[in-house]
Amino acid sequence: MSNEAFVLGCSAIGAGLAMIAGIGPGIGQGIAAGHGASAVGRNPGAKGNIMSTMLLGQAVAETTGLYGFAVAIILLFANPLIGKL
Amino acid sequence: MSLVSIMLSESVTNPEVVAKAKDEVSFGVDGFYKYSLFGHEAWLTTTHVSLFIIMILLIGFGIIANIAIRRADPYKKPGKFLNVIEYIVETFDNLTKVNMGEKHGYKFSNYIGTLFIFVLTANISGLFGLRSPTADYGVTLSLALITFVLIHYNGFKYQKAKHVTNLFKPIFLSPINIIGEIATPISMSLRLFGNVLSGTVMMGLVYGLLPWFAKLIWPAGAHFYFDLFSGAIQTYVFCMLTMVFISNTFEEE
Repeated sequence: MSNEAFVLGCSAIGAGLAMIAGIGPGIGQGIAAGHGASAVGRNPGAKGNIMSTMLLGQAVAETTGLYGFAVAIILLFANPLIGKL
Repeated sequence: MSLVSIMLSESVTNPEVVAKAKDEVSFGVDGFYKYSLFGHEAWLTTTHVSLFIIMILLIGFGIIANIAIRRADPYKKPGKFLNVIEYIVETFDNLTKVNMGEKHGYKFSNYIGTLFIFVLTANISGLFGLRSPTADYGVTLSLALITFVLIHYNGFKYQKAKHVTNLFKPIFLSPINIIGEIATPISMSLRLFGNVLSGTVMMGLVYGLLPWFAKLIWPAGAHFYFDLFSGAIQTYVFCMLTMVFISNTFEEE
């Protein structure tokens, strides 16, 4: 097995591991959506405000997952490790 | 900043290498024309082409709207097109007033409106066969840097020297405050970039990996989610965060 193949394979595994970061935002967004639903149930008149606040919070919570996604994309398509061989 | 250089250098200077990794799956990064910029080898990619198409579209819309407004007769009922333009302008005026306060909010309606319309058009351009320009880190980073400059310009304008001294309020927290200030544009740009790029990658996988009979009708639903829904939400979030960060500097104490 050549060095390059080894680095590429390990990068692919690393990209897969980096996407585990998706767990956190998933849980966080679910909690936010649940609380949003209960808030609408308590006060249906404020549905618009609750929706926009919930979506804003969810989008901010998504950031950590996107960091993992950025790492995975870098490992797959713009691999910095190949150049170090 | 090494991340920026990696992404920019790979996608702008050498799209062939990026394209070689996948034979069937296309993420839309194609180079059309090679030129040299200050000794670097750079490419005109699909991002530039779709940016130009969007720019021409928006500028054309602006010119037509301007002509329509100039020719409008104030003593008559406004027509359909004029009504749409008025609705758009009023929406952004109200949005900035609600989120940034009555006093200063009105001044930012121009910038927020431009940003909103541009990012929205760029995000949903994937629906029309273009590659979303916002799936390129250069575009989102420059948008976020404009916001960064605006935040600190307004900070110095409204809080004067306090804008700097506030960073060192509890002196032991000052490194965290400074890192937080620097991280603002990076996290904003990465959020938009990551969301749009993930949509592009997912659509590329759907179209590239499946046999023809498995991608007949349902990709329309995926397009609806990744291009329309996600794009609109991320546009809203980007503009909302810009407004929140800028209006944080207005407090005079």
